[in-house]
Amino acid sequence: MTSGTIAPALSTTAVRPVEKDLLRFITCGSVDDGKSTLIGRLMLDVGAVYSDQIAALQMESEKHGTNGGEIDTALLLDGLEDERQQGITIDVAYRYFATEKRKFIIADTPGHEQFTRNMATGASTADLAILLVDATKGVLTQTKRHAFIVSLLGIKHVILAVNKMDLVAYDEATFDAIRGDFKRFASKLDITDVRFVPLSARHGDNVAEPSARMHWYEDGSLLHQLETIYVGSDQNLRDFRFPVQWVNRPDNVFRGFSGTIASGSVRVGEEIVVLPSGKRSRVRSIVTMDGTLDEAAAPRSVTLTLEDEIDVTRGDYLCRPGNQPHVGRTGEAMLVWMSETPLNQGRPLWFKNAAGRAVCEVESIRYEVDVNTLHRKQSDTLRLNAIGRCSLSFHQPIAYDAYEKNRKTGAFILVDRITHETLAAGMFLDYGLSGDLAGSEPRFLPARRVQSPIDDSHRLQRYGHEPFTVLLTGLPASGKTTIAKHLEKRLFSRGAVGVLLDGESLRHGISKGLGFSKEERSENLRRGAEIAKLINDSGQFCIAAFCAPEESMRQQFCEIVGRHRVVHVHLDASVAACRLRDTTGRYLAADNGEIYGFPGVTAEYETPATPDLTIVTEELIDLEAAAGKLIERLASGICSGGGSVAVAKS
Amino acid sequence: MTSSVRPRATSHLDALESEAIHILREVAAAFENPVLLYSIGKDSSVILHLMRKAFYPGKPPMPLLHIDSTWEFREMTDFRERFARQQLGLRVIVKINEEGRRAGVNPFDFGSNAYTEVMRTQPLKEALTEHGFDAAIGGGRRDEERSRAKERVFSFRDRNHRWEPRNQRPELWNIYNTWRRPGECLRVFPLSNWTELDVWQYIEREQAPLPDLYLAKPRPVVMRGDDLIVVDDERMRLEAGEQPELRTVRFRTLGCYPVTGAVESTASTIGEVVQELIETRYSERQGRAIDRDEACAMERKKREGYF
Repeated sequence: MTSGTIAPALSTTAVRPVEKDLLRFITCGSVDDGKSTLIGRLMLDVGAVYSDQIAALQMESEKHGTNGGEIDTALLLDGLEDERQQGITIDVAYRYFATEKRKFIIADTPGHEQFTRNMATGASTADLAILLVDATKGVLTQTKRHAFIVSLLGIKHVILAVNKMDLVAYDEATFDAIRGDFKRFASKLDITDVRFVPLSARHGDNVAEPSARMHWYEDGSLLHQLETIYVGSDQNLRDFRFPVQWVNRPDNVFRGFSGTIASGSVRVGEEIVVLPSGKRSRVRSIVTMDGTLDEAAAPRSVTLTLEDEIDVTRGDYLCRPGNQPHVGRTGEAMLVWMSETPLNQGRPLWFKNAAGRAVCEVESIRYEVDVNTLHRKQSDTLRLNAIGRCSLSFHQPIAYDAYEKNRKTGAFILVDRITHETLAAGMFLDYGLSGDLAGSEPRFLPARRVQSPIDDSHRLQRYGHEPFTVLLTGLPASGKTTIAKHLEKRLFSRGAVGVLLDGESLRHGISKGLGFSKEERSENLRRGAEIAKLINDSGQFCIAAFCAPEESMRQQFCEIVGRHRVVHVHLDASVAACRLRDTTGRYLAADNGEIYGFPGVTAEYETPATPDLTIVTEELIDLEAAAGKLIERLASGICSGGGSVAVAKS
Repeated sequence: MTSSVRPRATSHLDALESEAIHILREVAAAFENPVLLYSIGKDSSVILHLMRKAFYPGKPPMPLLHIDSTWEFREMTDFRERFARQQLGLRVIVKINEEGRRAGVNPFDFGSNAYTEVMRTQPLKEALTEHGFDAAIGGGRRDEERSRAKERVFSFRDRNHRWEPRNQRPELWNIYNTWRRPGECLRVFPLSNWTELDVWQYIEREQAPLPDLYLAKPRPVVMRGDDLIVVDDERMRLEAGEQPELRTVRFRTLGCYPVTGAVESTASTIGEVVQELIETRYSERQGRAIDRDEACAMERKKREGYF
């Protein structure tokens, strides 16, 4: 027989191969826990290694092996030249084997100093993790780190493989002690299913076959666990999420949206909503080359056509109207930092998730997790392999779910815009406006209110006027900022002390990251009101220029600052007049649907019913007249309380 | 025509298919000028099939590139013309190192290393640069060879088409970092997670067309060293005493015919091939001289730009 001939099988199970299910798992262990030996043994025992490879392995074992001439299964794995020559392991490697029951993909991660990054990479696609423990050493800090990262990346099933049982005389008590230790620790983590297998990778005990030397253990070999563990329920079958990957337009007739169903399922005829635009339609057909389908479920890659000709592009999500992810310009996330270059807050980065890309900034680091103690610590940067919770802001609205609820739509990567290096793996936390997060404990004691030691009358004496706020509202381009600036100049030249607060300027700092939804606009105005209040409390005037398209928002503003201090001035101009005057291109952008919820165009603008003053700016903005009117108004006093706002310092 | 959802759970082939289609669409969407490296072997035949599925009812939105070493089996080039170009109507670019051909570079006199460098690696790099391709899809699988186990799905190459194992981008979830600068290129391997058996099971399930060389039939062969070499044309140089004889053989992997070993087999249908495969004790690449030259030969070739 030549080696070119196909030899008969060693096993007698010459059954027809069938389609099986797929289990992806990750293996983690420290340097000397015997991880490579275990995987090598597993692959050898299930027949995943061919005869010619075994022959090559035998030769190498004699040359490099550490097993005294016996086959060193670890050598099967270290494939790269550098790794074998220098005895180091560079990176995550993927291995494959199948049994009659299942096909397996192993993400094999090295236990070296870069372990966090490599582990996160391997864990991101895994359903299950094998954590390796040396029976002579027990649960180490390293084991806890591994378990934490596994839990952070959302793996629900863990097998603690207690290796080197041969070195503790296959002792049940040793195994029990390790099991107890780990159980106590794992209860703090979000791992729902933990199993324990005592084994000897070197001798093959409990690896593929149950060991005759550990009769006290009855839960079957490691392979048995791997073959039978049920992971189907980890999939999110509830929430339909379809990130549009590719718009398929082969001709003028067909227009389909291709993508991989991230979670849930979809049926023909169902109503869908496109995010972030919010447009709605129905599924007309589910197209595949094998014929159209009535229904399709995750993780299938399909092409959907819709009933209506609505605008859908790569990066959009199709969802059900009654079950939508969060859409916003801010988010809270856990980051695993993967770059040698530390995190630089506020620097624009590329963000990429299941749907597409965007520009984002890390606004702040709430805390860093010490992976050794799992304690939180203050930090102003994240270095290589650090894990931290951060606030992010995006330059456009992003749709996402919490990673905990959806591993596909809650995950993202950050990429450097210059070097294109992958900087971080990110997982969104449960969302909430302005960072109020469901389920997280308060980090500070309740805030106290600090009283100023300076009396209001002393401020009045110093500044020569009472504090007041001029709230200028009106449509975009109605002249708010222009009038505000002129008024500030006039007041300043008369000796008054104060601050100009512009709704748009706020978005560069205080409100960085806020979008233009109704809630986010309202939040911007609320922040403006709080600042105006602080300025007034310090005795100074404040000119606040905000669009404030809703009456309730304006009322809220006055309540926060104090009704008696506010003069509400409405700049009255029609949408048509403002559009003519607009030099920023925003109206045009709103018409084209590039800006979301633009007052007067795609969102309602409620004209104030009872402003303190109305200045008509329909035809032109007469600055002198406007400022004059305002100062007159201020001087005449506005407050219902009786006192007057003395602007003039005679 | 409407059929209902398959009642059974997602099988490993469904999962692998869906993953590969996702990768192919990502290439089409995220790159300006991608190409499919089409070697006419079983792996690139599977990719071509997946590509038709990914963009159905449209055509695959990228051309095919075949680096023709001039020593392929005639049946392969016939298949390329008949199936890819004529039947599917795809744009097929064929690249030959003309200088190498004029110089008569062949696998007999030059050794497989120099031959591969001149007739495969060089023209590949040239073609990528010439056409300005920014992504090249290939059929590489991680189970083929040890250094491939660490290969990324989206594998970054510098301007000189070089691969640096220490400088790979971490690959998380199915979110691929596809950013590159002008002149840089990514090699993309949609079949990364497939094994040889997966490929054959999929070909059987999908009835994906591929060259007949994979099925057993009587072919003229000579025994050279441990390899059964099929005498495909008159250029085959016979050594003293060598007399081609008819044997029933097929191929597990296809390359240049003078350096690709056949296996004796009776598997003349895809189903029989699948069955034979689960029974074999020998790996796929045992018939490829190129991998055996020296330890880590493949890794070195890859660093230099080989696919």
